[in-house]
Amino acid sequence: MPFKRYVEIGRVALVNYGKEYGRLVVIVDVIDQNRALVDAPDMVRCQMNFKRLSLTDIKIDIKRVPKKKTLIEAMNAADVKNKWENSSWGRKLIVQKRRASLNDFDRFKIMLAKIKVCYDAIPVCCCLIFPISLLNFLWIQTRTPLEMAQSNIFV
Amino acid sequence: MVTFKFHQYQVVGRALPSESDEHPRIYRMKLWATNEVRAKSKFWYFLRKLKKVKKSNGQVLAINEIFEKNPTKIKNYGIWLRYQSRTGYHNMYKEYRDTTLNGSVEQMYTEMASRHRVRYPCIQIIKTATIPAKLCKRESTKQMHNSKIKFPLVVRKVRPPTRKLKTTYKASRPNLFM
Repeated sequence: MPFKRYVEIGRVALVNYGKEYGRLVVIVDVIDQNRALVDAPDMVRCQMNFKRLSLTDIKIDIKRVPKKKTLIEAMNAADVKNKWENSSWGRKLIVQKRRASLNDFDRFKIMLAKIKVCYDAIPVCCCLIFPISLLNFLWIQTRTPLEMAQSNIFV
Repeated sequence: MVTFKFHQYQVVGRALPSESDEHPRIYRMKLWATNEVRAKSKFWYFLRKLKKVKKSNGQVLAINEIFEKNPTKIKNYGIWLRYQSRTGYHNMYKEYRDTTLNGSVEQMYTEMASRHRVRYPCIQIIKTATIPAKLCKRESTKQMHNSKIKFPLVVRKVRPPTRKLKTTYKASRPNLFM
């Protein structure tokens, strides 16, 4: 199982701990075995420990420690934002953020939408579960409570 | 930015003027301390060893903190130090790769404490310098001098994003592959 995501100049990483949690940054240089110089279009270049970074699959083409302008151009050329938002990891994070920012009315609307989805899917499910559940249902109807208690259905 | 434990100060002091010496020589020293009070104390400690002047017959003329000029540029720092081990005094030269001088000095103190069990009071920094890449002596700094550096992160430590979400027990074993 070889490694696919390397720490290299131009690797895009997600900050997973600390004040900058959730931000996408670019590794711009490596300080030593544990730390990297990290930069993003809207923050001051700073050093971060690799323990705080989760590497992504995205890599952009930059030289060692580029100027802010060059970095922004390279990020636009590689289309980092769209690639991230269309990747499964990025989409999951967007959904999580949306879910966390719901208010009570939104949660009510979601509850209704979920019920609707289940209701619309009943005809499809029925074909699969009906035969088995019908037989179970008829069997339960023919038993007295004492026999139900002695049977092993709910073991 | 990280908050540093050690700050670099420039302390300027001289002996008090007397009848025999109207204008005593002024001495300036750059040193590392956690705060200004300690910096002044360290200044007198060193000056006592070099010149015939003590805090009681001297005065500090100025103390300024020195800040890093380029904190976003990675530099190779060489630090020459003299430390006291259990058996005697030794000199040492150590190299560090860091963005700021204060950061590398802090690295030096923690490394000396861990590798040689030498604590802060027993270390005297003789000299620090920014070393160009060609003149670095240590392999561990030289191996980072690669413009196409590339290595994988071998073990991914799964960590909750805040200390509050830490739990003693987890439902499943973590996946350590990056």
